[in-house]
Amino acid sequence: MSVEATPGTETAGALDAASPAVARRERGRLLLRSPTFLTGIVVLSFWVFCALFGAEIVPIDPYVDDLMSALAPPSADHWFGTDQLGRDLFSRVIVGSRDILTIAPLATLLGTVLGTAIGLIVGYFRGLVDDTVSRLVDAVLALPLIIVALLALVALGTSSVTVVIVIGVVFAPIIARTVRTAVMLERGLDYVAAAKLRGENAFYIMFVEILPNVLPPILVEATVRLGYAIFTVATLSFLGFGIQPPSADWGLAISESYGMINGGAWWTVLFDALAIASLVVAVNLVADAIHGAFET
Amino acid sequence: MTFARVLLKRLLLSLVTLWLLSILVFAGGQLLPGDVGRAMLGPLADAEAVANLNHKLGTDRPVYVQYWDWASHFAIGDFGKSYTFDAPVAPFIGQALVNSLKLAAVAFVLVMPLSILGGIWAALNFGRPIDRIITVAGLSATVLPEFVTGIVLLLIFGVWLRWLPISASWPEDAGPLTQIYYLILPSIPLFLVLFGYIARMARAGMSEALDSDYTRTAVLKGLPWRIVLRRHVLRNALLPTITVVATQTGYLIGGLVVVEVLFHYQGIGGLIYNAARGKDFPMLESGILTIGLIYTVATLLADLLYSALNPRIHFGAVE
Repeated sequence: MSVEATPGTETAGALDAASPAVARRERGRLLLRSPTFLTGIVVLSFWVFCALFGAEIVPIDPYVDDLMSALAPPSADHWFGTDQLGRDLFSRVIVGSRDILTIAPLATLLGTVLGTAIGLIVGYFRGLVDDTVSRLVDAVLALPLIIVALLALVALGTSSVTVVIVIGVVFAPIIARTVRTAVMLERGLDYVAAAKLRGENAFYIMFVEILPNVLPPILVEATVRLGYAIFTVATLSFLGFGIQPPSADWGLAISESYGMINGGAWWTVLFDALAIASLVVAVNLVADAIHGAFET
Repeated sequence: MTFARVLLKRLLLSLVTLWLLSILVFAGGQLLPGDVGRAMLGPLADAEAVANLNHKLGTDRPVYVQYWDWASHFAIGDFGKSYTFDAPVAPFIGQALVNSLKLAAVAFVLVMPLSILGGIWAALNFGRPIDRIITVAGLSATVLPEFVTGIVLLLIFGVWLRWLPISASWPEDAGPLTQIYYLILPSIPLFLVLFGYIARMARAGMSEALDSDYTRTAVLKGLPWRIVLRRHVLRNALLPTITVVATQTGYLIGGLVVVEVLFHYQGIGGLIYNAARGKDFPMLESGILTIGLIYTVATLLADLLYSALNPRIHFGAVE
């Protein structure tokens, strides 16, 4: 990437030509040797598979009520038991990965794109723009994400689209801050000065020259954010402000059923809780490994 | 730069943050919903009733008048009237804060010593299995949503073993010990989230201090290991942890919403949740601003405490 972006002298160019590819291959090898990364990616792939094809492979239709067998404990017919409407919980847990694995990545993507644009502009121009955005970031960070999201969702009305927008907009300044730091390091380098001397305009320099060189920290930040996005979507669904019925979403399922656990119906919440736990931990293991690979 | 000037500067920055926060909250609570009267009465109510309600609530005035009215009253402690209870908001907030403070205190008293000790222990065993266990367990505990750990704990200790009550609301005449007993289970999800963060910071600070030249010098000049640890390593290692603890207060409050809903507890988190469900905007805004205020003050204090404790920063060097 940085080869085209570095119109340096002949010798420096020749030396640099090999290094990004080598570094990338090294990083890949490092990741594949890391047990945390492998564990995370296997679990994550399992849930992505369920999200994509779960509806086709589950044994029982997850949305069909069967009041005759409501709240049945786990058995050979219903591996994870049934909920208060008699719906098969095994099928619902499998299918329940779909909504959260749609909304959380979309929110992360939105936040990353917005945040990268803001970070590039703020880091490049600095000055008043920078001060203003930094204060805004402080103000947004003074509130827990869940609370900002609650306020915005109450004000705008709950829907999957609003959840994506709210999380994306809150993530944007956080990602912008990471990008800003990286851009401020880059803008003092020779290739930026060279581009300026060539007479390139600011936007060309930001998005064509600098952006490719700050992609690694953006990637790391985005994977970390994905973990937070899943955390937040699950929590909002539990609170009733996220994914809405009749979705089989895990957080929603727990909020619908946890009133009954004192009656002994533990299976209505346990499997959903374990599903969320495995997904969140998997994403964070992957994020942690990527973070480590890019730092060394 | 003198201490007074640093203090003044930090104070001003905090005020700017609070002011921006108030605009965000005002925008979220008053502007985004559009027609408040319509939102409260529903789509079927007739236009006159909606207009009357808007006039009664004052939501038919220009935006800047509403903002000034709202912000100036908030500043003098008049938080407005709840839509749901038709009563002043302030006493509700006060009572809820006291309750949340109790819950947060139990969580903090548990988490502070254990997480710092965990971090120190991990750093002293850097790279060994015990270090990996603490690190991975801490990371996993931190990233799990509180309602997930909370529901599993409820199942294990509340439903199966029946050791602890499954609701946090204690009987009317409960003494402090009984109250703590009711708060143990709800505080554990908060504990788990905080443990990972604080232990991680303590471990990082600790390994950095252990690797440093001054530690090596202290060891080489023959000081006993115990003294090196206490005087040279710990003092430097635990400083960054203070800042983390303060920034986590905001996070802690976010967790309170979920935990208080799960355990039916009447704290500030539960109050915000109920206000959000009932579209009780004055209550919601006041609750959120109170949290922002607490967070900003905590950050400011941590900043100053950090500067005061760090022998290397004699103000001015940091600016």
